[in-house]
Amino acid sequence: MSSFNIFDIAGSGMSAQTVRLNTTASNLANADSVSTKPEDAYKARHPVFKSVQAALGAQSAGAKVQVAGITQSTAESQARYEPGNPLANADGYVYTSNVNTVEEMVDMISASRSYQNNVEVMNTSKDMMLATLKLGQ
Amino acid sequence: MPMPLDSYLGVHPQALKLSAQRNELLAANLANADTPNYKARDVDFKSALATANGASKLAMTQTGTPHAQTIALTQNSGTGGDAQTLYRVPLAPSLDGNTVDAQVEQANFAQNAIRYQASLQFLNGKFRSLMTAITGQ
Repeated sequence: MSSFNIFDIAGSGMSAQTVRLNTTASNLANADSVSTKPEDAYKARHPVFKSVQAALGAQSAGAKVQVAGITQSTAESQARYEPGNPLANADGYVYTSNVNTVEEMVDMISASRSYQNNVEVMNTSKDMMLATLKLGQ
Repeated sequence: MPMPLDSYLGVHPQALKLSAQRNELLAANLANADTPNYKARDVDFKSALATANGASKLAMTQTGTPHAQTIALTQNSGTGGDAQTLYRVPLAPSLDGNTVDAQVEQANFAQNAIRYQASLQFLNGKFRSLMTAITGQ
């Protein structure tokens, strides 16, 4: 039934935003991780969203959202001179992650607002359907 | 021949169906608020309602099957991209090609939910007066 599609759509939005929040949490947690080699340093991760149109002819007008994949940031890892660090290379350098914490914070706020939007949609639709069930009573 | 009950209920059943469909579109827009290249969609409620009314009358005189109206409605807007489902003109398109403006969609969603509930109220009133007429109390 078409009214139940809204729950699928809003649900897909919520799970996509959850993935986004997960990557943000991972990026922020690893913001200060260091490593010996630049290629081993933590790279910021970001999900790629894609909209999926239901099969043509199906009774659905709306498109769900899905996570098409996770990309890793290609930004350069910074070298930091820390000869006392056990992970430092022969020259005394460690390579930091390329996470931009300000960007991650903004991303986090955006993701949580989008999540809330989807929750609101679901709540409103639920109220509407409950009201419809009471029609004629 | 149209059933007397149909003319008694007036435009409200069609309006209710259309509101539910529009609700799904707006939910999809909100769910895809962060999807690159997603284009926000909506229906022109006034013309869609006029078409739905015309289509239902035509379907009634042609076949008289109870499903005729439903099929007419979903064929027009269900497959997407034809006459009824239109793309929104963006106020401020973002760099990733997404044209969803969360505020606009939220406002439309709220308005549409109220409209749905208004149609429901009207239908409830109609049914109640019908019951009064039947029971004579």
